[in-house]
Formats: sequence, C-alpha cells, structure tokens
Amino acid sequence: MSSEFFAAAEPTPAGAVVQWGFITVTVANLVTILVMILVFVLAVLLPFPGSHEEDEQ
Amino acid sequence: MTAVRVPRSERRSATWAPDSHEFPTRRYDLVKEFVVALGVILVLTVVAALVFSSPDDPAISLQQWARQAPNDVVATATGELAGTTTSATYGPPYNTAGDGQALGPVSLQKLPGVTQPVDPANDFVITPLRTLSGQPVVAAALRQWDAASPDQRMAWAQAYSDALGKAPDGDPAKVERGSYGPVPILAIGTLALANSGALEGLLTSRTSFFGVNSTKPLLLLADGSHLEDQARAQNLGGDQWGIMNETGNYPGQPWLWLYTFWYQISPFSTSDNADVQVWALMILLSIGFICVPWIPGLRTLPKYLGVHRLIWKKRWRAGGRP
Amino acid sequence: MSSQPTPATPATPSPGTWTARLSAWIEGLVPKGQWLPDRQPAYVASWIYVFGVACLASLVVVIASGLVLTLGGLTWWHSSSLGRFVNSTHLWSVELFFATMVIHLWGKFFMAAWRGHRGLTWATGALAFFGSLGTAFTGYLIQTNFDSQWISTQAKDGLNAAGIGAYFNVMNVGQMVLWHVSLLPLVVGVIVGLHLLLVRRRGVVPPIGAEAPSDVAQPVTPERPEPAVSGPSAPEPSSVPDESRPERAPTGSGARP
Repeated sequence: MSSEFFAAAEPTPAGAVVQWGFITVTVANLVTILVMILVFVLAVLLPFPGSHEEDEQ
Repeated sequence: MTAVRVPRSERRSATWAPDSHEFPTRRYDLVKEFVVALGVILVLTVVAALVFSSPDDPAISLQQWARQAPNDVVATATGELAGTTTSATYGPPYNTAGDGQALGPVSLQKLPGVTQPVDPANDFVITPLRTLSGQPVVAAALRQWDAASPDQRMAWAQAYSDALGKAPDGDPAKVERGSYGPVPILAIGTLALANSGALEGLLTSRTSFFGVNSTKPLLLLADGSHLEDQARAQNLGGDQWGIMNETGNYPGQPWLWLYTFWYQISPFSTSDNADVQVWALMILLSIGFICVPWIPGLRTLPKYLGVHRLIWKKRWRAGGRP
Repeated sequence: MSSQPTPATPATPSPGTWTARLSAWIEGLVPKGQWLPDRQPAYVASWIYVFGVACLASLVVVIASGLVLTLGGLTWWHSSSLGRFVNSTHLWSVELFFATMVIHLWGKFFMAAWRGHRGLTWATGALAFFGSLGTAFTGYLIQTNFDSQWISTQAKDGLNAAGIGAYFNVMNVGQMVLWHVSLLPLVVGVIVGLHLLLVRRRGVVPPIGAEAPSDVAQPVTPERPEPAVSGPSAPEPSSVPDESRPERAPTGSGARP
C-alpha cells in the first residue's frame, strides 16, 4: 500500500505561468481571478428577474 | 409637491441608514433560493470534480530523496553534524542554536522558548545510526565520534562539508583526501538508512509506536535542497509568488495574493526578519479590514465610487413617496 | 394577525428566572417574523445578492464532502478512486466557497453594507473570511502529499517568527488534522451563524441615499391635493409584518427617480 504514497520517477509537469514585471501568476490562478471579476461585473449589470413594481406592497 | 427635508447636519452619523423594514417589500422565497443555490453549487462541484479531479503529487519519501539526490542527502547529513543547516541554526521553538527573527527590539519567536526540542546532529544522524546492528564500520565511526570533543567534531564535519562543496556534483566519491574523521562514514551511513526506507520511522515513531508528528523527517528533508528544487519546479517558491500556487495546472489560493505580495518587494524581499515583518503588517491590515465600518473616509468611500448605482438602479424611498 | 392559542396556564415562565431572561433575549434577537420571512425589501433586486447564499451553499457542500472524507480516513483518497473523487469535490467546493465569498465581499463593500448599525455584520463576515483561511490552510497541511510537505516546511517559518509555531506545529499531522476537521469548522460555523443572525436582525441594508419617511416632512404649501391613500401612516420601527400595512397607492412604489 505504501507504494501509492510515494513519488514516481517523473514529477508532474509544472503549470503555465504569466510574468508581468515583478508579478508572476499561474495561468490557472489568473483565469480564476478574471472569471471572478467577470462574474461580479455580470452580477451587477444583468437585470434580476421578478423585480416588478406590481409585486411591491 | 415640495417637501422639507431634514438637514443632513441633523443626521446621526456618516453611516446612518433608514430602517430596512420601512421599505416596500415583495414576496421572496428564501428557502427556495437556498435550495436552488445548493443545487447549482452541487452541480458545479461535481462537474468540476469529474472534469478536473484534484492534484495529488505524492510525498517525497526519504528513500525517494536518497535515490533521486543522494549527494544532497550526504551533504545535508554532514551539515547536521557541522551544525550549519537551517534546523541546526534555527533557534526556538526547536533549540537555542539561533536567535530567530525579531521585530525591532521584540523577538516573538523567543518568547515561548523551546517547545519542540530538536537536536539535528543527534536526532537526524547519530541516534538513527545507533539502531543499526551488524555494521562494524558504522559502529567504529560512532565510537570515534563519541570520543571526540565538540570542537573536534565540528572541525571534521565542517572540513568534509567544504570538501563536498568543492567536489564535482558534490559527489562523495570525488572528494579530496582530508581529515574528516568519522564524518564521511556517518553521512553515507545516513544515506544508506534513508535508502532502506527505515529513516522516517526512526525519526517519527522509534520510541512512541504511533507516529503522527512528522516534524523531524520534514525538518531533515527541508534542510536539503531536493525538496526546494522540486517545489520551485512547480512554481511554489517564495519568490515565485508560490504561496498562491498549486502543483500542476490547478488553481491554488489566489486569495493569498496580498500575503505573498510583500515578500516580492523591498524591504521584505531582502530582510532577515521578513516573516515576522510580513505577519505584523498583515495583522494590522486585517484589523483594518475588520474595522472598515468605523474608519472615517474608508467607511464612506463606496458612496463616491458609485458602483452601488449599478446595483440599485432606482432612487429608493421608504413609504413610497416620490 | 395573532392566531396564538390562549393558554389555560401562563405559557411563559416566571419573569426574572434565568430561563425567562434567556427566552426573552432569544426572542429579541431578531424582529418578530424576520427569522425566515417570505418577503424582502423591494430594493433587493440584483444578482449580486445571490452570492451570500451561494457562499453558504458552498459551505454546506464543503462540510458534506469533508464528512465523507472523514469516513474513509486521512489517507483514503490516495488509494481509492472514490476517495479521490470525494477529495476533488471537497477541493472544488472550497474554490467555489472562496470565490463566492470574495464576490459577496466586493458587493458588500461597494454597497457600504455596514451602514445602519451593521458594522458587526461586516466584522463577522471579515472574521468568517479569516477563519476560513485558517481552516483551508490546515486542510492543505493534511493532504499527506508533496504539497503538504512543502507548505508545512515553508509556513513554519512565518508562524515560528510570530511565536505561534511554538504551539501550532504545522508539521504535526496529528494536531493539524484535529484542528481542520473539528476545532476550526466549529469556530467558523459559530461566526457564520452570528453573521446570518445579524443579517436577519438588521435586515438587508437600504440603498445608499435612500430616505426614510421621517426624513420627508409634510409640505408647507401643497401644490396639489393630498393623495387619497397614503403609505404607512407612521414610520414605526417595524416588527410588524407587511401584511398589516394599509394598502398602497398604485403609483406609490418609490420608483420615481
């Protein structure tokens, strides 16, 4: 059972990285951050269904 | 219809707001919203798990270390005996061999004292070797080591360490002749122990049976360069913003961006006390973050940023009066 | 609206008893009918508002997947494909948890959601964020793989420098696993519970610049007759459900810019 725990001869390939000045960010993290910003922007811009004045009392 | 408004100066505070219960309402099913959210998150989670799985780079065993970087093991064992490795010069909480970091005149590191005693030369090298039987060469080397004075031991170990540094690839077989005492045998004996797969157990559970505290094998492994070489190959090094990263192509912890940011810039990037300095700074910023509602200027900043106008597109008045 | 039965004997304990005081305190935590209301202020009408509940839902999935992992034990996921799948759901629900939390935080910042005595709501949210960071950190430490080896040997330096490492040993898997699955989830759970309670207690923050009826006084010289039907007659601090309010004028929805 112990053999599954330990490192194989070949290490996992490293993730891709983006460098911008002194900033180094992995592509995976960059995508995550950009998607979050996009979702935030969409959340504040897209109309929310059900906000009709007739419902209000 | 004209109306007289209550002058702003009579408002109670900069963060005053009307009672939310005075506004028009509409029907909204909170429980249904939660159940829908749960369903969406569950689907996203399961799909992501099926498509991307999760990273699991296996641990580097000490045997693995011995096989992939044997010269590093020998050099590290020598450094433990010479008292020059990170562990051997660390200070609290492991030993008193160093002062650790300080924030000005205050050393938080020294305050609790030694709570996890580690004596690298004995714990990592000598004591595990003593468990060997039927190894007369190692036994003789241990007798020679025991009989020598601390200064003699350090002289041998330092000399061998320097010689390894000069040898091509740090290869013990190519070391120049010199006066190294029993150190070469002890260092290469440690390599053999690691190679056998027995060393983690000797460091973790030799006297306790149940070993759940991996401090000693981890400190030993981290004293070498192999662990860091593997980490840097995965962009996990400190100056690679590694605190944010994960092995392979997986997203890591992007929310730690500000914590690792400070390590990349002066003066922290070259400071011996960078860790405690960054900690202190982050604690201050965290307190500031918690206290935003009470910080003048910051607590009213959103009004001037104007993003709220996208969220609340209408002018709202409680009671519905225009 | 009361439909409560009239008890033959007093339903409440004698005032002054610890029980009575605790009972009264609990009842006073949230305005009547606001624990789980089926109405909400009409200004709550933006997709940004779903990220709080999405974060909560993510937390539920995180805890559920974590509980399944505990069934198999600490190293189960290394040698079982089902375990690996459950570990993956735990990882991705954590990513969603933090993503929704941060988007929720951005929204709450731009809304200055601490207004109207909601400073503690913001503060408990911030504390929940930091508590979650610590919990996630201990989770990374107990992966029992290469990542744990690296993270523990690196993180120890920062913690040792701050004096914390003397008591919180990130290389001690036995200690870290108990912090991660027992102590820290409890702490985060309590903070999240307080946060939710405060949201229900204060209600969702009104928009920046929104006005209450008490700020709008009667006109001195009305330009046209008073409307036949007016809005709420008096601005009461509301513990009264909206059903009890008088009917509104058709145009009086507060929609006029």
